[in-house]
Amino acid sequence: MYDLKEVCRDIRCDTLRCIGHLGVGHIGGCLSVVELLAVLYFEAMNIDPAQPKMAGRDRFICSKGHAGPAVYAALANRGYFDRTELLTLNRGGTQLPSHCDMNRTPGVDMTTGSLGQGFSCAVGVALGSKLERDGATIYTLIGDGESQEGQIWEAAMFAAAKKLDNLIAFTDYNKLQIDDTVAKVNDIAPLEKKWAAFGWNVIDVEDGNDAEQVSAAVKLAKRARGGGKPTMVILNTRKGCGVRWIEELGAGNHNCKLSEEQAEAAIRAIRGEG
Amino acid sequence: MEMRAVYANCLAELMERDRHVCVLDADLAKASGTRGLYERFPDQMFDCGVAEQNMASIAAGLSSYGFRPWIESFTPFATRRICDQIAISIAYARRNVKIVGTDPGIAAELNGGTHMSMEDIGVLRSIPGLVIFEPADAVQLRAAMPVLNAYDGPVYMRLFRKELPDVFGADYRFELFRADTLREGRDLTIFVSGFLTKDALDAAVRLEAEGVDAEVVNIHTIKPIDRESVIASARRTGAVLTVENHSVIGGLRSAVLEALAEEKIPVCAVGVRDRFGEVGTLPYLREALGLTVENIVQTARKAVGLKD
Repeated sequence: MYDLKEVCRDIRCDTLRCIGHLGVGHIGGCLSVVELLAVLYFEAMNIDPAQPKMAGRDRFICSKGHAGPAVYAALANRGYFDRTELLTLNRGGTQLPSHCDMNRTPGVDMTTGSLGQGFSCAVGVALGSKLERDGATIYTLIGDGESQEGQIWEAAMFAAAKKLDNLIAFTDYNKLQIDDTVAKVNDIAPLEKKWAAFGWNVIDVEDGNDAEQVSAAVKLAKRARGGGKPTMVILNTRKGCGVRWIEELGAGNHNCKLSEEQAEAAIRAIRGEG
Repeated sequence: MEMRAVYANCLAELMERDRHVCVLDADLAKASGTRGLYERFPDQMFDCGVAEQNMASIAAGLSSYGFRPWIESFTPFATRRICDQIAISIAYARRNVKIVGTDPGIAAELNGGTHMSMEDIGVLRSIPGLVIFEPADAVQLRAAMPVLNAYDGPVYMRLFRKELPDVFGADYRFELFRADTLREGRDLTIFVSGFLTKDALDAAVRLEAEGVDAEVVNIHTIKPIDRESVIASARRTGAVLTVENHSVIGGLRSAVLEALAEEKIPVCAVGVRDRFGEVGTLPYLREALGLTVENIVQTARKAVGLKD
């Protein structure tokens, strides 16, 4: 058993450290999904870091591939590779590219980055697991901006039609995208009603940056298996969560600069050291 | 037998042998000739409905689970429309997905310009790691299907749906990445792919009557092209003509020109001249777009005339 709060601190700090070391990155959307990654990799998923390709394992497909740095921080802390590798993020020849790559990173289950596609891939993986009858649960994460992609809704329709109740999806509903707020750019609300109308179970998590709430939602979603419906967990999150000045950048924190000093100061604050 | 029937029979054999072989449709199973396989292989045939992007990425997901998915649609929808899904979900991620575009080029006939892809090879040829294959007849298709299925990587196949005259004999041996010389000649080489192969052979007969000895080489795999054979034949004959049911930009002609970039050999082309398709029957479209035996003969004469 892991202490989820501690795990979240570790993932958040390592994410800041590797982006700070580089000087720039997709900070906002990495920090908003830390609690989900902690719950999945340290509590919910049937995985073995010593066997990243283990047959029948649960899989996580990060369709919002730009959250790669946070995924890598979670994988390193879970023991898939050494934490020192995190500092190679986006350096030439690294196995940790800005967007997730199944052919480079141990523990990454799908190549993602072109928005909308990873979600369809996850649906294909869930179909594959059903055909193999291996009992795996397939988890996938999409962004709220990403939900503007038509492909998301093609996949949503298919997953419900094929009764893929082994699929648990999450929306990182931080209400911000690159150009502005999601509401102003091209509003996706009412999200809950949309997913319900597409034939999905919907679970709304009031604070998606509260690991306990996320954990409870995942348990609830897992219990829905056998009901013939995929599940969408809407995580109401804060983009840049955990570092006040980054949060306050709003839509400006999607991909922004972060110096090593700023990262270290943020890490000290998160750890209550200063 | 119609090409699509041969294709469907081959798929059935592959699915029978391996439950991981599966086929995904985007509401065109009937057109692809595979509708009849749904009852026989309920756990291997999946109709995604009219959602090609989703079909392509689902196939990538299935392949990561150990499946060998074939996805199929009319050529423009299986290529142009899902170009980024092919590039990223399939090719960049190195997924074992076979993409089948039916009714390529003018074969779309009465569906007209919207359904007529003249640029699919050009678009897909620029994506790294993707094999591009176009069968000339049922013999070649039948021989290629198990090889393509066994090939560990993404493949795009252009499939003419209707019946085609055989150009290969029963003793034909298919080799992926290896061009097939159908007829040897001394005066020029005609490189041809797909259904126009028979026309190139007919043109060679007419040219022979005029005293022009044409070599006819079928390029079934346009990427990676059999560079060695292309250069060897072109050097031997000293003049080249490419013949394709595709734009002269980006397809077979371009691939041959790239192979011959450092050679001083004239290369002429029969193909679609940078224009969209239009509605009409195959005979009308052949005339309108210049894909006729007559045009092959004339352009071959021109190529020979350009020799030093």
